[in-house]
Amino acid sequence: MAKKFTPKVLTANDLLSGDVIYWNDNGDWVDAFEDALYLDTEKLAFHVLRLAQKQGLDKVGLYLADAELGDDDKPRPAHFREDFRATGPSNYHHGKQAELA
Amino acid sequence: MYSYTEFDKEFINERNKQFRAQVERRIDGSLTEDEFKPLRLMNGLYLQLHAYMLRVAIPYGTLNGGQMRQLALIAEKFDKGYGHFTTRQNIQFNWPKLRDVPDILDALAEVEMHAIQTSGNCVRNVTADHFAGAASDEIEDPRPTAELLRQWSTDHPEFAFLGRKFKIAVTGSETDRAVTKAHDIGLRMVRNGDGDAGYEVIVGGGLGRTPMIGKVLREFLLVEDLLPYVESVLQVYNRLGRRDNKYKARIKITVHENGIETIRELVEKRFVAQRAAFGGNDQKLFAQIKEAFATPAYLTAPLDGFVELQNKDASFRSFVDTNLSEHKNPEYSIMTISIKAHGQTPGDATADQLRVMAGIAEDFAHNELRISHEQNVILPHVHKSNLPEIYARLREAGLATANIGLISDIIACPGMDYCALATARSIPVAQQIATRFDELKLEHDIGALKIKISGCINACGHHHVGHIGILGLDRAGVENYQITLGGDHTETAAIGERAGPGFAYDEIVPAIERLIYTYLDIRSDENEVFLETYRRVGLEPFKAALYPEQQIAAE
Ligand code: SF4
Repeated sequence: MAKKFTPKVLTANDLLSGDVIYWNDNGDWVDAFEDALYLDTEKLAFHVLRLAQKQGLDKVGLYLADAELGDDDKPRPAHFREDFRATGPSNYHHGKQAELA
Repeated sequence: MYSYTEFDKEFINERNKQFRAQVERRIDGSLTEDEFKPLRLMNGLYLQLHAYMLRVAIPYGTLNGGQMRQLALIAEKFDKGYGHFTTRQNIQFNWPKLRDVPDILDALAEVEMHAIQTSGNCVRNVTADHFAGAASDEIEDPRPTAELLRQWSTDHPEFAFLGRKFKIAVTGSETDRAVTKAHDIGLRMVRNGDGDAGYEVIVGGGLGRTPMIGKVLREFLLVEDLLPYVESVLQVYNRLGRRDNKYKARIKITVHENGIETIRELVEKRFVAQRAAFGGNDQKLFAQIKEAFATPAYLTAPLDGFVELQNKDASFRSFVDTNLSEHKNPEYSIMTISIKAHGQTPGDATADQLRVMAGIAEDFAHNELRISHEQNVILPHVHKSNLPEIYARLREAGLATANIGLISDIIACPGMDYCALATARSIPVAQQIATRFDELKLEHDIGALKIKISGCINACGHHHVGHIGILGLDRAGVENYQITLGGDHTETAAIGERAGPGFAYDEIVPAIERLIYTYLDIRSDENEVFLETYRRVGLEPFKAALYPEQQIAAE
C-alpha cells in the first residue's frame, strides 16, 4: 500500500553558499522554515517540486521535507533532522540560529 | 618528512586548475549538479546538512608546523575559525563556500597538501600509527610504506572506480595503534623467525553495517614485496567484488562470500606475475622515500627543570602521567595533546589552537605533528627538558587537558550536527559524558576506557570497537542510542556486543553512568581496566545495571 501523504515543504541548498533554503508562496527561495509554502496535498507538493526543478541551476539537492503546522499556523519541521537543518548544529551557535537571529 | 617533488607539485597544481575551471562551469550553468557532483567529490567537497564540507587529507596523519599554520589560516579566512580532525586522520572544514574552494585548494597546495581521494570508490588516504617513527616498541617506521602506497594509489587508473571505497592502514609495531583489523587492508609490522621485518597482511576488516574483524591473508610479507602484493589484492577484489549491491561491495563481503582460502590462492597467483612486472622500480622509489623519513637529530640536555616541575606541580604531574608515551629515545617523550577538553567538541581545534601547536612543534618538537585516529594531536618527538615550557603554552591555549585514554577522551563522529547521512547526534552525547565524569571527578579512578560514538550505522566513530560503543539511531522519529560493550580496536580486536534496547537522548548519559558504577563495583582491583573486567564477567552484570526495571520484573 502506498504510504499516506503527509504535508511537506520544499527545501534545497544554495549552490554558492551551501545554505539550507525553502520555497515560499511567491516562488522564491527563503532562509526560514516558517516562511516556506506549506504543501498540504500530494498534488501541490509534486507540482511545486517539478516547477522548482525546472528553474535555474543554482539550487542543489531539492527534496520535499516533512512539515506540520505550529500553534502560530506557520510550518515547522515534523522530524528532528529537519529541525537541525532549520536551526544549525547544537555544539556551536552557527548556521541559521545565528544568521536568522 | 616527505617533500613534494616537481612532479607532485605539477600534478596537484594541474588538478587544482582543472577543479577551478569545473567550479566556474558549474557556477555559470554549463555543468549541472549531476555532472558536477562526482567532480567535487573527487576533490573532497561534500554537501552536508547545513553547508559544504571540505575534507583535507593528512597523509598517514603527518604534518609539519607550516602545514598546521596553513590549516589555521584556512579555518580563519574561509571557515568559521576552526577545523575538525576525523578518525581518518583528516581535517574537515564545515562551512566553506563553493567559490572559495579553489582558493582553499591552492592554499593547501602551497604547503604540499590536497583533498584528493578523500571521497569516492578509490583507495583513500592511507592511515598509519600516529606514534610512527617515535614509539619505543616500533620495529620500523611505517610511514615510508604509507607514502609509497599513497603515491602508487594516487590516480591509479585501474583502481579509480572500484566497487566501493578502499581503506589501508599501516602500523610499524606489533602493538596495533592504527586499527588495522578494521580496514580493507591492514598491514602490521612483525618479525619472522629469522628476525627480518615484514608485514602481516590483514584483509577484509571493516565496521559499518556489517562489522567484521579482518583476517590474516599472509602471515609474513617482506617489505620489498609490499606493492606487488597489495596490487594483487586490489586486482582480485576488483574482479570478484560485488557491484550489484552497494552494501555488499566492500572487500570484507568478498572475503566472506568467497572464503579467505580462495582469496589467498588468487592473490598469491597474481602476486607471482605482479612481482615480476614491477621489475624493482618500486624499490628504487621506496629507497628515496625512506631517506625523507630519517630520524630527527635528537638533542641531549639536562632534565632538572622537568624533574623539578614534576615534583612541585600536581597538574603538570597528572599531564605527564596521562598524556605522555614512551619514546624510543629515553630522553624524549611522545606527547598527545588532547583535543577533547571536557564539554568541547571532540576533534575540533580553533585557528589559534592550531597555531599554538604549530609553534610548539617548530620551537620544541623537530617540527613534526601527527593527527591520531582518536582525534587528538601528537608531538612525536619532545625532549623532556622542553616539557615545562610546552605545558605552559598548551595550558594558556586550553590544550592541556590530561585525559588521554580516559573516559572523556571520546571519539565522536560529526553526527547529525553536520553529517547528511546521520540518524542521530553524537557530539552532544560526547560533550555530556565528558562533562558529567569531570564533575564526578572519577575519570582517573576509572582508568583506561575507550568510548566511541557514531551518529549512524556507517560507524565513522568506530563504535563497534569501543570498550563502550554508542550508536545513534532514528527510532520512529526520535533519537535513540544503542550501547555495545567489549569492543577492542587493537591487535586483540573484537566487535562489541549489543547490550540490549537503545536509550533516549536524555537517558544515555545516566545509562553510561550506571555502567561505570557497576564496573567500579565489580572490578577485581583498581588495576583491572574496564575491558578486562568485561572479558572476565561478560555482559550480564552490565546488562542488569543498564536495564534495572527488567531485573525487577524478572524477580
Ligand atoms: S557515522 Fe554516520 S553520522 Fe557519523 S560521520 Fe559517519 S556517516 Fe556521518
